[in-house]
Amino acid sequence: MRIPFSYVWRSLWARRLTTLLTVAGVALVVFVFAGVLMLARGLQATLVDTGAADNVIVLRRSATSELTSQVDRNTASILDAQPEVAAATDGRPLVSKELMLVIGLKRKQTNALTNVSVRGVSPHAFELRPGVRLTDGRAFQQGTHEVVAARNIARRFQDVAIGADLAFAGDRWTVVGLFDAGGTGFDSEIWGDAEQLMQAAGRPVFSSMTLRLRDPGQFAALKMRLQADPRTQYAELKPERQYYREQSQAMATFIRIMGLIVTIIFSVGAMIGAMITMYAAVANRVVEVGTLRALGFQRRSVLAAFLVESIVLAVIGGAVGVGLASLLSFARVSTMNFTSFSEIGFGFSLSPGVVVGALTFALVMGVVGGFLPAVRAARLSIVGALRAS
Amino acid sequence: MTSPIIQIRGVSKSYRRDSMAIPVLHAITLDVPEGEFIALMGPSGSGKTTLLNLIAGIDRPNEGSVTVAGTDVTRLGESELAKWRARHIGFVFQFYNLLPVLTAYENVELPLLLAPLSKAERKQHVEAALSLVGLADRLHHYPRQLSGGQEQRVAIARAIAPDPTILVADEPTGDLDRQSADEVLTLLERLNREYHKTIVMVTHDPHAAERAHTIRHLDKGELQ
Amino acid sequence: MSIFKIVLRNAFRHRLRTVLTILGIATAVMAFGLIRTIVTAWNAGVEASAANRMITRHRVSLIFPVPLTDREQIARVPGVTGLSWANWFGGVYGNSTDFKNFWPRFAVDANTYFGLYPEFVVPPDQLEAFRKERSACILGRKVAADHGFKLGDVITLEGDIYPGPWQFVVRGIYTGRDPSVDETQMFFQWDYLYEQVKQREPGRATDAGFYVLRVDRPGDMALVAAAIDTMFTNSRAPTKTESEREFQQSFVSMSSAIITSLKVISLVIVGIILLVLANTILMAARERTREYAVLKTLGFQARHVAAFIIGESLLIAFCGGLLGLALTFPVVRGFGLALPGFFPVIRVEPVTIALALGAAVLSGLAAAAVPTVRAIRTSIVSGLRMIG
Repeated sequence: MRIPFSYVWRSLWARRLTTLLTVAGVALVVFVFAGVLMLARGLQATLVDTGAADNVIVLRRSATSELTSQVDRNTASILDAQPEVAAATDGRPLVSKELMLVIGLKRKQTNALTNVSVRGVSPHAFELRPGVRLTDGRAFQQGTHEVVAARNIARRFQDVAIGADLAFAGDRWTVVGLFDAGGTGFDSEIWGDAEQLMQAAGRPVFSSMTLRLRDPGQFAALKMRLQADPRTQYAELKPERQYYREQSQAMATFIRIMGLIVTIIFSVGAMIGAMITMYAAVANRVVEVGTLRALGFQRRSVLAAFLVESIVLAVIGGAVGVGLASLLSFARVSTMNFTSFSEIGFGFSLSPGVVVGALTFALVMGVVGGFLPAVRAARLSIVGALRAS
Repeated sequence: MTSPIIQIRGVSKSYRRDSMAIPVLHAITLDVPEGEFIALMGPSGSGKTTLLNLIAGIDRPNEGSVTVAGTDVTRLGESELAKWRARHIGFVFQFYNLLPVLTAYENVELPLLLAPLSKAERKQHVEAALSLVGLADRLHHYPRQLSGGQEQRVAIARAIAPDPTILVADEPTGDLDRQSADEVLTLLERLNREYHKTIVMVTHDPHAAERAHTIRHLDKGELQ
Repeated sequence: MSIFKIVLRNAFRHRLRTVLTILGIATAVMAFGLIRTIVTAWNAGVEASAANRMITRHRVSLIFPVPLTDREQIARVPGVTGLSWANWFGGVYGNSTDFKNFWPRFAVDANTYFGLYPEFVVPPDQLEAFRKERSACILGRKVAADHGFKLGDVITLEGDIYPGPWQFVVRGIYTGRDPSVDETQMFFQWDYLYEQVKQREPGRATDAGFYVLRVDRPGDMALVAAAIDTMFTNSRAPTKTESEREFQQSFVSMSSAIITSLKVISLVIVGIILLVLANTILMAARERTREYAVLKTLGFQARHVAAFIIGESLLIAFCGGLLGLALTFPVVRGFGLALPGFFPVIRVEPVTIALALGAAVLSGLAAAAVPTVRAIRTSIVSGLRMIG
């Protein structure tokens, strides 16, 4: 016969304060666990989504980011002419030859000077990246010192509104429009004319080049051919998605390892807390248990009842923790990405997977924390229990 | 005749439970002369333990005064009352109430920590008290290593070690078998007869009551 | 017999529960110690800054170089007692996805650089050898040990900012003057960089990455900064001059979001310590309600009862704190091994130890608050009625 669930429920209620404390402890742990998962996902979502499936990025071989890469004009022209490259609406090759710079801007709230990426682009950049849409003002004109900025940047930094002038590379650059890049890495950038920027910054070569393939299946063939050609042997081709995944690698790994360590430690603490509560519960209900057994309930049922009690505690704590963590979805984090040496903004991304993972984690904590005490409860002899009264 | 060591005048006490007042004692008047051994008897709920608690200064009446050894304890503040108890009261409980983490010696020593005695002086008092109750050979035993009767005797030793003015005992034999109960009662008698300790005992055991000089009955909060 | 003895025996009455509580607290204190150590390590560069050094760089960002020809003008500014320059080289060693292969690599002016960084201690003969040989390099002790580099070894890097293969011969190994110094850096000759780039990429000029200045009187710093920056305001490369501390701080600030969250987490951890301990003390105090009533009967005052409860709480908290601290050291070491290259200097500072113990003690006090108040407020009569 099974002990009714209401017994479990009412036992928890009877010792409200300690129940509350244990639930709070579990909730806290699950909150941190879920938060870290959400953060790593958010970072990768931002960076990975930045890449389009049929875009390919060209960097110098062994460069770890666009900032430290060079693609010279010759190489760029050769790539332009490859047959695998798709055509833009105007019939010309759908490519963008780009220069990466980093400038210092002051944050609005804290006044702290922060590195922000400036990307010099070619006319086809917007067509190449359909996720980037102009929301305010207009696009910059080729051949001028006009730029457009991500709305995010305009929002977070001083003096980046439409009409404002940015001073760098020995000249002033006027913001004429704002764009929205749908939560990708481009949301932390400022775009301008590559040729103008190169001239002003005294850079004779591009940083990188992005091109669209007619057919993504042809990537391997293109890559092999270019590698064999001595003129382009230093150029490395990568699918854009892969490049951005690698960009997030260092940061994501850091967040995950940190998060993992913190969570493991926290969970050990929470399990210990649950164990203490459950042992106390058992000790206090020795007579009750004896009575239940005398009434005919099996040892198994006693074990199950206490285990269930522990699991209920943990799952409630887990649900509270996940609930709190979901509030994080409204928060945005912006910090320096190690690899690009400039600011990247990203959010906490909640997914069913994270929820399931967090609740499972809570469940495991409840089982592990409650198991030994439940065994002790089950082992109590009827006579010993009743005599204790 | 010297004034009674305990003088209770017009004492009433009621308890609050949820918003109801439950009367327990009603206009009690009682005198206990020094050196007296008095038993308070009555059915369950008659208020005898409450009366004892008032005499021992661990509870306060709603009305009336309780004067013990010349001090009206109803007028003392909490902190003063505690000091007063340490000096004047020795309490023996039904369930012994020894601290399980302390040995017999240490339990008896406990109240002496509140007195201005040196360690050597404390040792004297403890050993004297424990030999008086016949447990000199169990100084360093823990309560769990003692029988019920022995535990109660340690409790009595603890009660008398600071040489209190009066001993109060709440059902001291209530949890003991016949033989142990007799031993304890003999001890109390001896304390009263040889050492002139005033003893107020609550009991509903007639054998225990027999050993006292005076028996008073309480019923429904009133002294008969 | 004393209150302490009673407290000690009471604490271990329920051995299992007390041990679990101590373990729980130890776990939390260890996490606290780890996280604060990480925050400290992040700020290591700031803390290690010399009080008399300044950095002059391109105003807009560090990635823009400053003309080498500026150096004479800068050196002549009153207050400047020493000058050198360096370029961040970067480059890739071996497999770039292995964090272990990342360490800071600079091209520095061989004659002046080490004079401005006395905390990098180089044996004089090694410094001589370094200066004499064009493609020589000097490594920090830690990076040399981690990779097994010895004097005379050749290190091959694949350049990125300065493309192509680069080979350097190890001619010196520096040690830090004190434990807070970064021993993972690598330096080679600036002149070598200049020559090689000229050869490999004719038409590409090499300028200085940033200047390092020595300003002996801290009071002079503001004036020096103003003087230098005004000099180049309208040039092609306007400068920003700041103390080394401010320079390092600006990097840390860029990651402030992460650092702030770590600090928040460390506070949460203190909360967890509190919860675990409060849970236990609450239960313990409740169990002893009758005993406290008996003590009060005997004449013990409220303050004595408080001492018992607070004493027990502090004892357990302290034990947990000490154990947790003991565990922090190996955990920090393990962390350093799991993420090599992230933090050149990572060690448990005395301040962290003090904070961790302080957190444990404060938790001990806080956890005892409610049980103490309850025990004091409970009347003797109700206390005696309680069944343990």
